[in-house]
Amino acid sequence: MSIDPASRAGYLEHPPRMGFFTDTSICIGCKACEVACKEWNAVPEDGIELTGMSYDNTVGLGASTWRHVAFIEQPVTGVADAAEGFRWLMASDVCKHCTESACLDVCPTGALFRTEFGTVVVQDDVCNGCGYCVGACPFGVIARREDDGGAHKCTLCYDRLGAGMEPACAKACPTESIQFGPLDELRERAALRVQDLRAAGQDHAQLYLDDPDDGIGGGGAFFLLLDEPEVYGLPPDPVVTTRDLPSIWKHVGLAAAGLVATGIALGLGRRPR
Amino acid sequence: MAEAHPVGFQWVMEAKKRGAKVIHVDPRFTRTSALADLYVPIRAGADIAFVGGLINYVLTTGKFFREYVVNYTNAATILTEDFADTEDLDGVFSGLDREHRLYDLQTWRYQGGDEVRPAVGERSPEETIAAPEPEQLREVRAAGRGEAHGSGGAAVHPAPDTDLTLQHPRCVFQVLKRHFARYTPELVAAVAGVPEAAFKQVCELVTENSGRDRTTAFVYSVGWTHHTIGAQNIRSASILQALLGNMGRPGGGVMALRGHASIQGSTDIPTLFDLLPGYLPMPHARGNEDLSTYIAAEKVEKGFWANTGDYMVSLLKAWWGDAATKDNDFCYEYLPRLTGSHSTFDTVLAQLDGVCTGYLLLGQNPAVGSANARMQRLGLAKLDWLVVRDFSLTESATWWQNGPEIETGEMRTEDIKTEVFFLPAAAHTEKNGSFTSTQRLLQWHHAAVEPAGDARSELWFTYHLGLRIRQKLAAAAAASPGGTATTDRPILDLTWDYPVRGPLEEPDAEAVLAEINGRDSDGKPLSTYTQLKSDGSTSCGCWIYCGVYADAVNQAARRVPGEQQDWIASQWGWAWPANRRVLYNRASADPDGRPWSERKALVWWDAETSRWTGHDVPDFVADRPPDYTPPDGATGVAAITGTDPFIMQGDGKAWLYAPAGMIDGPLPAHYEPQESPFANLLYGQQHNPVRQIISRPQSRYQPSGNEPGSEVFPYVATTVRLTEHHTAGGMSRFLPYLAELQPAFFCEVSPELAAERGLEHHSWATIVTARSAIEARVMVTERIRPLRVAGRVVHQIGLPWHWGLNGLTFGDAANELTHLSLDPNVHIQEDKAFACDIRPGRRPRGPALRALVREYQQRAGITDHTGTEV
Repeated sequence: MSIDPASRAGYLEHPPRMGFFTDTSICIGCKACEVACKEWNAVPEDGIELTGMSYDNTVGLGASTWRHVAFIEQPVTGVADAAEGFRWLMASDVCKHCTESACLDVCPTGALFRTEFGTVVVQDDVCNGCGYCVGACPFGVIARREDDGGAHKCTLCYDRLGAGMEPACAKACPTESIQFGPLDELRERAALRVQDLRAAGQDHAQLYLDDPDDGIGGGGAFFLLLDEPEVYGLPPDPVVTTRDLPSIWKHVGLAAAGLVATGIALGLGRRPR
Repeated sequence: MAEAHPVGFQWVMEAKKRGAKVIHVDPRFTRTSALADLYVPIRAGADIAFVGGLINYVLTTGKFFREYVVNYTNAATILTEDFADTEDLDGVFSGLDREHRLYDLQTWRYQGGDEVRPAVGERSPEETIAAPEPEQLREVRAAGRGEAHGSGGAAVHPAPDTDLTLQHPRCVFQVLKRHFARYTPELVAAVAGVPEAAFKQVCELVTENSGRDRTTAFVYSVGWTHHTIGAQNIRSASILQALLGNMGRPGGGVMALRGHASIQGSTDIPTLFDLLPGYLPMPHARGNEDLSTYIAAEKVEKGFWANTGDYMVSLLKAWWGDAATKDNDFCYEYLPRLTGSHSTFDTVLAQLDGVCTGYLLLGQNPAVGSANARMQRLGLAKLDWLVVRDFSLTESATWWQNGPEIETGEMRTEDIKTEVFFLPAAAHTEKNGSFTSTQRLLQWHHAAVEPAGDARSELWFTYHLGLRIRQKLAAAAAASPGGTATTDRPILDLTWDYPVRGPLEEPDAEAVLAEINGRDSDGKPLSTYTQLKSDGSTSCGCWIYCGVYADAVNQAARRVPGEQQDWIASQWGWAWPANRRVLYNRASADPDGRPWSERKALVWWDAETSRWTGHDVPDFVADRPPDYTPPDGATGVAAITGTDPFIMQGDGKAWLYAPAGMIDGPLPAHYEPQESPFANLLYGQQHNPVRQIISRPQSRYQPSGNEPGSEVFPYVATTVRLTEHHTAGGMSRFLPYLAELQPAFFCEVSPELAAERGLEHHSWATIVTARSAIEARVMVTERIRPLRVAGRVVHQIGLPWHWGLNGLTFGDAANELTHLSLDPNVHIQEDKAFACDIRPGRRPRGPALRALVREYQQRAGITDHTGTEV
């Protein structure tokens, strides 16, 4: 069942849900997305240090990295047959803008909110830096900055959407690996694309977070991968960490009720001496 | 291409989407390889072996496009009896003068009629010197203006002897076959390290995808040009493409990807010493004494270069305006004259010798970006004055303060006498102007903001500098009893009056564009170079750009979106010449003027209107029918037959064999790089015999092949690029968002090499050549693999050349290692294949660094003669 998060958040009228389809099979690893995002959003540089992780010196998403291009070298051994079986996977990762969004659920101040586009955005002037969201995210996307103490993440360029423009990363991507648009259109396109790839012999080509029935209710940003998610450093079967909260509270409630009942029973059962 | 042209690479991806197959040939598996259908590893420097192997495959299997080859190339042309090939002379061609290190091209001629003249821009006035002495020949030849025959300028016979059956033993086709006969798949594997299976796949894919219905494009960049045989590398691809019928056809061609956004423009309106705008040759002190001698020497009898006089006079009128009249040869006298090679490297030598005492570096960072970076800095230290214009304080601005020679103690800041001026430069977003991209496309860019502070554009700098110099010269003239000095006239007589705008007094770039476009005698913009005249009635700053400002409209600024146009998209920007998008597109139609196939139709003959028509602007005389044969004695444009698509060539044909235009051979032959761990398996001749040598104490060569000492430098090094950085780093190392993406200088090595030399991933290594030693972080990766060459394993090392000591990310410069052995046609450095050693750990500091280099030199037995043999 496909939930419309904007409606659920209370918008009576709202534009179609917008999102990203990142087709990593055509990513050329140029990192224009990383640079465009930082330029547009004035995200600070966060570390000039060689990691040794192939061409990935960004490492992962965080408070000051909202697009991260991963590089995975999948080698072949030996000298001969040099052209066979070697792959260099490249993929631009981003906040998933989950349908079931744990960071949104746990935020105590309401700094995190659902926009009319179905995206999840942090309001910098409301966030108190408590950090609950950081542990809640199943992907490790959101984090706090040292200088201002606040939590920061991809806004899906909320300001640009409001002006009818596409996000900076999508605009900069030269091969249209990052595609922006109404989510259901993207999902249709992606389904056809993955079929084409499988037909061309890419057996492990798969969509990731496209399914509304998955553990996060489907992502507002989903991906086409050429191998299992773990290969890219992505959790294979993510679940919104607040999924069991209602059930947890119910059990807590039952336990509490049980304690009270036991207490009353013990108390009532006492005869005054 | 994905590394250096990520935005352009989107079109390769688009082609892939439409079913194109992408083959990537490279010493390293890069981001391009990641998206290619086939990656082929190759030893750096062995490209002629590889392409020669493809040529041999095409010839022996008969898979060339016969009708195209017979009609549109010089395959049928018969060569003079005196010609001897590399197969006859163990690796050299006839006419080699070993003592003077040059070829006499007499024996490369066609038989019958007289010698063919190469296109202008590749020739020298040697033809007008009767039997020049070798020294004179060398001096003229060294000016890099191509070859000549040393005999008088007889008229070109447009129809040399031919054999259209391609059987005659001395016809180009048979000579070609024989020349490449030993370039077999086995040899390609042995010399280039290309696995036979991969090579055969390439052969099949390329030939299956060429012919009437399909075309294949070759795309190359600096990996092919930065070699002592760089120009011949390109020649080999053009031979292959001509055999396959891929030239002048949509989706075909040999496309150069350039090193930055307007390098094409920098040769069109040249920053090169040997060219004038539009590839007119810079006059030489010998043989170009006056205008008529120059024109007689430089023009070609057949084709559009016959109008050299029109282009030249119009250029002189653009520069000297009313001062240029018929009576004074249109101020031809004012042009500087070449006396030899004045290339950037010769300039450095002149600095070291104390001859060149002043230098302006505009957006150029030779302390990092030029071969033998140390030698560049030693040259800078001998100058009286140096001006550096750039965005940031590049290494070429601060070498006197923090350069490597300060660290080693070779120089002390307080002893350096050079006065260094740093002037901040405006970025392309802060000024109006154009870029000319590789496909000859001019695209205008508009200033979005004013430059901040003191930053100014090149145009502002040059124009206002010129104004001040003219003021001073005029004042000197007024104060002098003799009036204006003769040597000052060229500057004072220049047209130098562009309108300026705004508080910064920025010259109007469109006014410059209009001058480049050209005007008639009424001052109206011209629209085509065929309007140019040699009587002084037209002016034109660059004949190939004539038309860019037609109708007083900035054609380069046009931006009609692609989806509103057909696939040629001729209303986006403006391509020279005449907005023609595919050069030589007559070759896209058969001898009868019909497209080779509907699928690949580009231009064709319309019999009803008696004109060439089609999707592109036809690159042919518009109303010349396919069956046109010129009358006897016809010259110039009139001599072009209806089946001569290659209208800029003296015989109208694509040259499988180049009787002129290349000073190191009419055919490409595999030679080893200047420094190589390998002896040449193909010939006794190890190196390009006429490569340009510069051996100085600051720049010695290493022994190669089987020479003793060669084993001291057993690894092949190649300089490379990364997407995240730009050229010598001036535009990227100072920006945080780019610095953090590639934050350190590293070397790429295979796991096998790491094991062999004890290199640890992420740790440090020192790379050593006879020039210097540098340190780099180690990137162990299987994207570089060992290759089998000449029966043994060879390791290659990839070195990004972007780093220098300044900036947010800093490191040693790869060009500390490179030498000065140049392609003789174009004076380009060989930094894509040389030899080195690598060892774990950081390099020594202080004087110990030079001591380490000296130790290596001694171990290898290096002298001032090493590597200099012909």
